[in-house]
Amino acid sequence: MTASTLEKQPAPRASGAAFILKKATISALVALVLFSLMIGVRTEAGPQGGLIYWTRFGDLAAIVAAVFGGSIVVELLRQWWGPADRVRVVPPVVQNALSLAGRLLAPALLIFTFLVPVIFYDQRYILDLAILVLTYVMLGWGLNVVVGLAGLLDLGYVAFYAVGAYSYALLATNFGLSFWVCLPLAGILAAFWGVLLGFPVLRLRGDYLAIVTLAFGEIIRLVIINWQSLTGGPNGISGIPRPTLFGIPLTPGEDGLAARLGIEFSPTHRIVFLFYLILALALLTNWVTIRLRRLPIGRAWEALREDEVACRALGINTTTTKLTAFATGAMFGGFAGAFFATRQGFISPESFTFQESALVLAIVVLGGMGSQLGVALAALAMIGGFELFRGLDQYRMLVFGIAMVLLMIWRPRGLIGHRAPTVYLERNQAISSDLVKEGHG
Amino acid sequence: MSGDTILSVDGLSMRFGGIVAVNDLSFDAGRRKITALIGPNGAGKTTVFNCITGFYRPSGGSIALTHDDGRTIQLERLNDFRISKQARVARTFQNIRLFPGMTALENLMVAQHNALMRASGLTFLGLIGAPSWRSAETRAIDLARTWLTRIGLLERADDAAGNLPYGDQRRLEIARAMCTEPALLCLDEPAAGLNARESAALSELLLSIRTELGTSILLIEHDMSVVMEISDHVVVMDYGVKIAEGTPQSVRDDPKVIAAYLGADEEEALAVMESGT
Repeated sequence: MTASTLEKQPAPRASGAAFILKKATISALVALVLFSLMIGVRTEAGPQGGLIYWTRFGDLAAIVAAVFGGSIVVELLRQWWGPADRVRVVPPVVQNALSLAGRLLAPALLIFTFLVPVIFYDQRYILDLAILVLTYVMLGWGLNVVVGLAGLLDLGYVAFYAVGAYSYALLATNFGLSFWVCLPLAGILAAFWGVLLGFPVLRLRGDYLAIVTLAFGEIIRLVIINWQSLTGGPNGISGIPRPTLFGIPLTPGEDGLAARLGIEFSPTHRIVFLFYLILALALLTNWVTIRLRRLPIGRAWEALREDEVACRALGINTTTTKLTAFATGAMFGGFAGAFFATRQGFISPESFTFQESALVLAIVVLGGMGSQLGVALAALAMIGGFELFRGLDQYRMLVFGIAMVLLMIWRPRGLIGHRAPTVYLERNQAISSDLVKEGHG
Repeated sequence: MSGDTILSVDGLSMRFGGIVAVNDLSFDAGRRKITALIGPNGAGKTTVFNCITGFYRPSGGSIALTHDDGRTIQLERLNDFRISKQARVARTFQNIRLFPGMTALENLMVAQHNALMRASGLTFLGLIGAPSWRSAETRAIDLARTWLTRIGLLERADDAAGNLPYGDQRRLEIARAMCTEPALLCLDEPAAGLNARESAALSELLLSIRTELGTSILLIEHDMSVVMEISDHVVVMDYGVKIAEGTPQSVRDDPKVIAAYLGADEEEALAVMESGT
């Protein structure tokens, strides 16, 4: 909160009950038009095949009334909260406490994550969920390199996830290679496909780039479905070897880890091992990304997001810069894919639909583009939150959608919108999201 | 001739479809000299700049850059980032193009990309934190600090570039271009939008770049007080052709130049006249 923004005069408040009532009436009218056919009239095929219908005006009235009331409440809240551009002066004590909490949040989260298998050792469901969340944290961090840092909108990220998963599955089932040999290979193959995707899209920007990457994701999926002799087509690949602890399998057998350590075998051992495996992979992604940001290549990515023309004038090869961003992001996607394959033991094209790409992209956007902590929090909220609403049955998606809309209203630039500088002389101060560009592809 | 000429433009033409933006333009820019390219709006000055700095590929003619060691590079054969990387020609833009979401210091670090990329062993040495990379980074920060001091922005090194006042942004863009350690610095209207005091500071900065660092400067400028004060050589363009060249004195008294400005824009003609007195 700089001095200049504090000096900004608050805009005059929208006044009066008449204004609120007018707005609410308009909202109610729109709702009436929208829902009169959606809710007011119900049609169904009758026993003779003819269409029968009946009206539900009571429900319709309830919905319109709810919109009317809701509109008044929202408007009152907005007036109480003040205009959007108004800066509230927070007392320094609270500010300091908040900034301290902000700084402690990441280490606290990390420690908690390390302790999850200890705390929830008996709760298989929570452990599985934690592994899932961490997989998406890793995917989010991988895509963050492409979307958040380099500003290249990639809607086909799941393709690299699929390449990684299939690389491991095929190498392991056909050649008997171990997980630890396949993991780097899966990353390299995914990076290779990232470069391959990068070449045709180098000249494209914004929407056009998004469409081509979307198509690329679909192409990979369709190739996997149709290349039956190699990938097994829609049947997928089963019997993918489970990971070993550097050659020691986590099985109940003689040579298993439990037998060697002289403890009783439990299937939870493998889950805990998988948990720490994905945690290590995710932390590796995070560490590499943080390092890369402070290297010339990372700064070039961010500069590319800010202004491509200026980059060219400074002698930065924008072609290789974009390709390295695609390759790096794809490599992490490949690692995550290999992990996914070894965890599931079975993969099929159904796991690599556009929905996955959209979910990972939503995590990156929701988290605040470029922010590592934000992406982790967003993955927790998206995947964990989605599970939280499981009890709501068919309303789960609705509640989830509303939550996302609200979040985008309050924090349009994501949970953590500001950008931390990569180098500083005196003060390490965050840069307001208003100045940071989103990139144009 | 080649000894004191850094840039030699010969018969440069640039056509966009049927429109001839630059027609058979020839001029030389002296080594360790400030050469100004002036002319009314739409005369083709920025097009010439874009040809020199690789943003356009010229339709015809040659642009030869001769380095201090006698090496000559044909700029019309290079394009894009190679102009800056290989020929060491840096430029600024008419509408400032900083990286607004990055700090002033970061802007200057990005400018040293190619040198730092080599030092970081194409990222791999940097990733493991090799000592050679660390010392290179320290040197890069020192160079950036030197430039921030020179343009008087050391205090604001850690502020976002987009938050700086307009005049500071102009100077930061020049410093950023200089951090690429260019042989020739091309400035597109560096004084646009500056007040009299800021213009004077700019003139001082450009003179110090030429005198102390020995960097040759080519600039487009409308602010005649700046042009007349610092230029060693002035080239006047109108409708894509050169109509006059010479010292600031001789150009100012050239009737063709006055006519061009009078015919184009009364205000600019007055500016030329006034700065003559």
